[in-house]
Amino acid sequence: MNEKLEPALRLKGIVKTFPGVRALDGVDFEVMPGEVHALLGENGAGKSTLMKVLAGMYQPDEGQIIIAGQPVRMTTPIEAKAQGVVLIHQELSLVPEMSAAENIYLGELPLKSFGRVDWTTLYERSNAILERLNCNFRGEVTVVNLSIANQQMVEIARALTVDARVVVFDEPTASLTDAEKVVLFEIINDLKARGVGIVYISHRMDEIFTLSDRITVLRDGSYRGTLTTADTNEDEVTRLMIGRSLDLSRDTATPTLGETVLEVRNLTCAPLYRDISFSVRAGEVVGFYGLVGAGRTEIAETLFGLRSADSGEILIDGEKVQIGSPPDAIALGISLVPENRKEQGLVLSMNCRDNMTLPQVQNLASGPFVSSSAENEIFDKYREKLEIKTPSWRQTVRVLSGGNQQKIVIGKWLSMQPRVLIVDEPTRGIDVGSKSEIHALLRALAAQGYAVIVISSEMPEVLRVSDRIVAMYNGRIMREFTADLVTEDSLVQAISGIKATEVA
Amino acid sequence: MSNLTDITPLRWLMRNPIWGFVLLVFIFFSLMSDHFFDYRNFQNILVQTSTIGLIALGMTLVMINGNIDLSVGATLALAAAFAVDVQSWAMFATWGNWQILPAVCLALLVGLLMGAINGFIVWKTGVDAFIVTLGAMLGIRGLVFVYTGESSFYAMNFAYSDFSALSVGPLPVLAVIFLVCTLIVHLVLSRTVHGRNTYAVGGNREAAVNAGIRVGPHMMVNFMIIGFLAALSGVLLSTQMGAATPNLGRDYELWVITAVVLGGTKLTGGKGDIIGTLGGVLAIGILRNGMNLMQVPAFYVYVILGSILIAVLFLDKRFNRTEDGGLRL
Repeated sequence: MNEKLEPALRLKGIVKTFPGVRALDGVDFEVMPGEVHALLGENGAGKSTLMKVLAGMYQPDEGQIIIAGQPVRMTTPIEAKAQGVVLIHQELSLVPEMSAAENIYLGELPLKSFGRVDWTTLYERSNAILERLNCNFRGEVTVVNLSIANQQMVEIARALTVDARVVVFDEPTASLTDAEKVVLFEIINDLKARGVGIVYISHRMDEIFTLSDRITVLRDGSYRGTLTTADTNEDEVTRLMIGRSLDLSRDTATPTLGETVLEVRNLTCAPLYRDISFSVRAGEVVGFYGLVGAGRTEIAETLFGLRSADSGEILIDGEKVQIGSPPDAIALGISLVPENRKEQGLVLSMNCRDNMTLPQVQNLASGPFVSSSAENEIFDKYREKLEIKTPSWRQTVRVLSGGNQQKIVIGKWLSMQPRVLIVDEPTRGIDVGSKSEIHALLRALAAQGYAVIVISSEMPEVLRVSDRIVAMYNGRIMREFTADLVTEDSLVQAISGIKATEVA
Repeated sequence: MSNLTDITPLRWLMRNPIWGFVLLVFIFFSLMSDHFFDYRNFQNILVQTSTIGLIALGMTLVMINGNIDLSVGATLALAAAFAVDVQSWAMFATWGNWQILPAVCLALLVGLLMGAINGFIVWKTGVDAFIVTLGAMLGIRGLVFVYTGESSFYAMNFAYSDFSALSVGPLPVLAVIFLVCTLIVHLVLSRTVHGRNTYAVGGNREAAVNAGIRVGPHMMVNFMIIGFLAALSGVLLSTQMGAATPNLGRDYELWVITAVVLGGTKLTGGKGDIIGTLGGVLAIGILRNGMNLMQVPAFYVYVILGSILIAVLFLDKRFNRTEDGGLRL
């Protein structure tokens, strides 16, 4: 890197406090033009706060923001954008009922006289941007009709409306398929080649090591150091992040398998999935691996009674069962930890204990009232068992970290004493430290005799936790692997729709 | 995060700004008016508050559940009309004072039924409760006019209109009914399974479904509770007047929603409690009563209440902003 270059963006000694919390404590950060600088840290380490300071959504209490050598003060996202700083949000912040073009130019629509919108220019410019992104849709489409991945593309297109100096990507790949990721990485490299500084926030180590030039690590709101990617490795980064090394080895103890608990025969729900057959035994973890949209979540929803299949059979302990609703599933001992814990798993405004006892509160009544002591007993038991970190059961779950929130959801279902535990994307949006805890937890649960199904889009995760892996592609099961026979290559081929025979 | 276990009175007031406001107006009127700080006047306030207060209890449940009920004023009028009319039906002519019993039962049943219909439609069609109960508001009010033929009913049995003058110990009977209902609804909301699930459904409907909670029945029960309470409120109001007019309870839904929102219940559901709602209805009751005593023209009360509604919600947002990380939107 050229030493004489002025950083595109520099943050000096940024301090930001919220009532009772010092969210950022003297953080330094800089991005050179044409550099991808990854920002890493566990959830709650202050990454998002830092980015919001950068985007003008928060005002820092102390410290300076320097853009191209000039100290600036930014009070709104539009101002930040005018300075050439663009933030691409982790959670989509689009107006669903508006067109893609309007969303791209939201807040700065091209105008004609008397404040009328210049639609011709708007569509022309936005279509040009979408073309550059290789998008197969046009600016006239209403956003609500686009897939999540395409909505993400619209979000990215927003960054390209101005001559950006710095673009911040906050977990951009969370909802993208592998193919779309490739496009995204091309865009990032293209921006980089044109001298734009990129800030890249992600939990995925593989992405960070392929993309970034430098890595800065935050922990508990303070700056932990900057590493040059080429000279470091995952272990060093992890140690900076969580203060210790991670044990990444797989729990190799041979599981003692019990009887077959759940069996599925020829389950079909066109067009989502067809002809699905598999079984899970007590003490076993079966991983479902595939791309987003391969039909894995839909199978889980069917098993949990949220969706009904067209045909096929579900057997529990060898007996055919009908699952018409979640209460039916719960009565049969099937539990589902859903994909999106904030939207589907938790009532964020409720406290920890109430969330955990949600499905069984009707069984805890003494007389007309809910028994507080029975609830506390359950909560204390699973807080201890799952090592949930919360000051008190009265804590609203909204303020807990992602890992602890996920443990509350898992605790909720464990306390129901299920036979089959289905976990959909158990570590999405969770930092590496908590991730390995959750993996260990899933292994431990299987060892205690639960039949566990893990649905995941992350290959390392599936490889680490599963005894068997079911690979899905486009609504069908392509292959089934046992843990000792699976290879990354064969797994990738299976989920890309290449049959085993063609490979051989 | 602040320590949740040490709740000082000050912090409690920060969380429930409406009670701070109640305290403030209470002190204000006590100093400003000679007639305000008087035991008889307190009785008055409680009686005046009970009408809106009863409905507000039900509205708290419905709103925490993530719904709203605009039809309460019309339901109140319909129930009042039944209560007054049925007791003079020929078939009960020989029943003496007992003729009041079937009349009141029928009125309460009508309220329960209206609520059940609202709840059932919201549950089965999935149409927004705002729209369903807006329709019900128009429809039920229409029924009231059809039933009464645009004229008022007068209670012929004087025992009926004397009821509201009764006292239980030191308290007027209407106030006692209101306070007992408040206690019951508070316990239902804070201690029972139904109450807990009401919060869960309003807080995150999808998570509630995933936890095996049957969302529809809970919503229907809450609509039935508010229907019943609106009818009860109508019956009590008609005992005070000795009559039922077709326009009874007009705009009550707005007063009720104002009181509930003042009490800290969220329009989007999942948050709120009966203690706050009690503060909300008392605030409105004290303001109306005190300004009346100070001979402020009635319409100024509207202006002031409107301003206060906005001010209280603004303060609430300022004090309780930490939850969303203080994000400026």
